[in-house]
Amino acid sequence: MKIAVCVKQVPDATVHKRLDASGRLDRSGESALNPTDVNAVEEALRLKEASGGEVVVVSLGPEKAMESLRKALAMGSDRAVLVSDPAAAGSDLVATSYALAKALEREEADLVLFGQQSSDADGAVLWAAVADRLRRPMVSQVAELTLEDGSVTGKRQTEFGYDVISAPLPAVVAVSDAINQPRYPSLKGIMGAKSKPQETVSLADLGVEGERVGEAGSRTTVRSSAPPPPKSDQVRIEDDGNAAEQIVEYLAGKRLV
Amino acid sequence: MTTLVYLETHDGTLTKPGLGVLSKAATLGGDVAGVVLGSGVRDAAAGAGAYGASTVYVVDDDALASPLPQARVDALAAVVEESGADTVVFPASVLSADIAAGLSARLDAGLNWDLTDLRLEGDELVGTRPALGDTVLVEVGWTSTPRLALIRSGTFDPVESSGTAQVKDVSVTFEDFSTKAQLVDHLVEESSGPSIEDADVIVAGGRGLGGPEGFSYCEDLAGALGGAVAATRAVVDAGWYPYAAQVGQTGKTVSPKLYVALGISGAIQHKVGMQGSGTIVAINKDPNAPIFDYADLGVVGDLTQIAPRLTELLKARD
Repeated sequence: MKIAVCVKQVPDATVHKRLDASGRLDRSGESALNPTDVNAVEEALRLKEASGGEVVVVSLGPEKAMESLRKALAMGSDRAVLVSDPAAAGSDLVATSYALAKALEREEADLVLFGQQSSDADGAVLWAAVADRLRRPMVSQVAELTLEDGSVTGKRQTEFGYDVISAPLPAVVAVSDAINQPRYPSLKGIMGAKSKPQETVSLADLGVEGERVGEAGSRTTVRSSAPPPPKSDQVRIEDDGNAAEQIVEYLAGKRLV
Repeated sequence: MTTLVYLETHDGTLTKPGLGVLSKAATLGGDVAGVVLGSGVRDAAAGAGAYGASTVYVVDDDALASPLPQARVDALAAVVEESGADTVVFPASVLSADIAAGLSARLDAGLNWDLTDLRLEGDELVGTRPALGDTVLVEVGWTSTPRLALIRSGTFDPVESSGTAQVKDVSVTFEDFSTKAQLVDHLVEESSGPSIEDADVIVAGGRGLGGPEGFSYCEDLAGALGGAVAATRAVVDAGWYPYAAQVGQTGKTVSPKLYVALGISGAIQHKVGMQGSGTIVAINKDPNAPIFDYADLGVVGDLTQIAPRLTELLKARD
């Protein structure tokens, strides 16, 4: 059983995210593994612990993204593959899904896992595009996952209750962040991560033509950006022991109590 | 411009989010058509005429009986070809996001998501997307057709007109991989307790409650305020509270006079379900929680200290 987990490096939660002059996200600050991707890594490790196999994390991003992939290795993943190429910068969904699918075709994993959503692009769309390119069945937003007799079964929430969906391997599964509580890497894991295989590949290595990625391969653009209209009358307090009294006063002022 | 609007059905009727997006698409002009995909959905399709569609394309096929996305990508690709559409607009849902993304890959068509507005500048379509936790409004465009757009839920309300639509059937050959995923069960939880949809006051809890027992803070405070208790998707999925109480994109949309959020970080998926509330009060120990960006009163602190004290003070006022 080989499991590929698609992950992304994003600005750390403590960083004030902003767009640069070209309308792209400023990625110069502190970075981290996308929080909900950690749930996907955890689920892959649990499947591996139950039935054996290999877990490889796959990402597309700048060279420094390997630092974040090491967290997945420290948690217990076996190997990391980073597709890094200046030509891929600014790739939208069409271009990203194309390049990532090429990297995944090379891995030939039985199961491809995704996390719920990237914290920077707020997208929750990549898995469906990648599944279509790989021509594989897909189950998304999975909050409970089981693997049995060569197929995966996922329970997920929709607007109308819960659906239980089954798909034969090889398949693509996107997990919800409710699926598990990820482990923290152990000190031993952190030390061991450094010596695990970490491969950086170029687009040429994958046979991806330059015109399929980056701005050339993208079909959407960012035209401009602006701050939203301010919300007036916002009040913010830090609790100094009197927060409850202040809340009552606030509500009373608005005649809500 | 030829626009297709993806319409969803539930229990044999067209659902409101799709009709809202259809009404919006009709204001942009050009040919506007609806698309209805499913099994036994043909009767519902014609209803789209009253919301601005001149044509409704229908793929009625047993392969579309379950609410799964991949066979719908096949069907929609066929309808795009049949109609010659240059624009396809989707109301965001668990199902439609996967369909839109799959279609994006299938047709190498650009997809912009989470849009809160669409407008034309000459021939160019421009979308508005609140990004980075709604801290910036981005104007987005497309560099080729078809252009795919996912609209944030609750953005546009249906506007009824006197129009009628012609129903056109389209037949589809499905890809082998598209029908491999199968729905094996569908579960609906019965609701209990006061309904959150009609409540004037809602006290909602999130992961910051620490566990299912943390909902006692919400229940006590809701009792003191005469309100109902709601929950986020994360804690409902974790089994801390029933699905019927869920507020957000996949749950209910509420607009009480007062919404008190305890331990809720306030991701977009939650925000879209409660942003219409009159006054939003948030208590969270994380000063960076997105909910503070749109709470009227934001309190940074420990809810396990503040909520019981607040309950006590409110009870003393009665």
